[in-house]
Amino acid sequence: MLAPAEMPALRVDGLGKRYGAVCAVDDLSFALPQGVTMGLLGGNGAGKTTTIGMILGLVTPDCGRIEVLGHDLGRAGRRIRPLINFSSPYADLPHRLTVRENLTVFARLYGLRRPAARIARLARDLDLEGFLDRPSGRLSAGQKTRLALAKALINEPRLLLLDEPTASLDPDTADWVRGLLESYRRRTGATLLLASHNMAEVERLCGEVLVMRQGRIADRGPPQMLISRYGRQTLEEVFLDIARGPAGHGGAS
Amino acid sequence: MVLRYWYLLRGSPPRLVELVYWPTVQMVIWGFMTLYLHPEGDVMALGFGALLSGVMLWDVCFRGQISLCGAFLEEMYARNLGHLMASPLRPVEFAAALLVTSLLRTLIGLLPTSLLALWFFGFSIYSLGMALIGFFFLLIVMGWAVGLVISGLIMRVGLGAESFAWAAIFAVAPLSGVYYPIATLPEWLRPVALMLPSAHVFEGMRAILTEHRLDLTSMALATGLDLVFLGLGFAAFLAFHASAKARGRLMQMGE
Repeated sequence: MLAPAEMPALRVDGLGKRYGAVCAVDDLSFALPQGVTMGLLGGNGAGKTTTIGMILGLVTPDCGRIEVLGHDLGRAGRRIRPLINFSSPYADLPHRLTVRENLTVFARLYGLRRPAARIARLARDLDLEGFLDRPSGRLSAGQKTRLALAKALINEPRLLLLDEPTASLDPDTADWVRGLLESYRRRTGATLLLASHNMAEVERLCGEVLVMRQGRIADRGPPQMLISRYGRQTLEEVFLDIARGPAGHGGAS
Repeated sequence: MVLRYWYLLRGSPPRLVELVYWPTVQMVIWGFMTLYLHPEGDVMALGFGALLSGVMLWDVCFRGQISLCGAFLEEMYARNLGHLMASPLRPVEFAAALLVTSLLRTLIGLLPTSLLALWFFGFSIYSLGMALIGFFFLLIVMGWAVGLVISGLIMRVGLGAESFAWAAIFAVAPLSGVYYPIATLPEWLRPVALMLPSAHVFEGMRAILTEHRLDLTSMALATGLDLVFLGLGFAAFLAFHASAKARGRLMQMGE
């Protein structure tokens, strides 16, 4: 499905979600242009995971609208889902199935016509060729992360949502993963939304960041602009300023 | 999705063995019980075959439900539900895949058991003839309906409700007349029993084994009730799915 280049890959408008008395996401609005990587920052409970869940269609919003490449998620979810994929520490892949079996299942779920060729390509790109027939449960943490990324890239998504993609990885593997994501974005023109607590990672990958606090956008902008606006040296210091600033409104999930 | 469950079975011999193990143990216990009750004759005589037939047919209903819930629970244990529900897979397609998987798992479990019954006790469930196919599907569909409700409940409230998967179907066993006619039940309980498809199936089974006649009325009633049960099962599964989405449960799998 082709979308005009000026059309946002993702548009979120007035999104809200409450869990009982707790306000997880409150009147969230932003647009994400095609072909960029945007960082989604915020402390634990700021509403990042709930936001990602709503964009993925895993959580029903109480109010607001989500558009992916011009299509309303509420009405055209069936058309949108083949264009999206994600990786998250909240979801795992069956440990009993081998790497190849797991990828084959998802290749078929996403309707790929030539699963074997796609899996071979991903295995090469993600250095998984030696483990294709190994059960996923017997992979190391780094190998599991690469498998999770392979699953997230199986359908060559136009919008890729990543929740802590390098958590629990050693610095070398984490750096390799960042390089891979950057190269994927450049090669395909895909759009990435990256939720991370690793500020160095966000500074390297993201052209713009959106900082959430208590379910709302606390600030946004390119990393360097935020750093200079807050008079700080690093994005981490900016994050701490926002996270420790005076409480805004409502609660958070 | 069916491929996913096939991969799981293929790569896990203990799971395959378990599918055959419990139906076989049940059949052996009831086979010897039947011999004890009727030591002089063969198990097919004087309606004693109804006991073993009941055991094996009840296992169709039970295995149908437990296999469906078992396949669903595999996704919960693997924390894979988020991946599946964010993919183009629709909830109704997921439910349909659980049904097909349940059918395959039930057949894998019961075919060897039926052959062992022939070998051990000279008892052939196939003596029910073509009606066996009807009984099989009528009972497995009821198992699916219960399994869909329980799987949906687990999706909605988490693994804390897992015990329902293993126990719920037994609540209807006493009312199904597996080992005794519905007429044995107290009069006030019979209308409740007759609301279950399984009650009509077992009445039909006894009609064949003891009176050598095919009770088409029982079959028709069971079919109608099955359609209602399955429709309610799908509706409950979809409603629980919508509720789980509203409460963010699909991203927070656990107890």
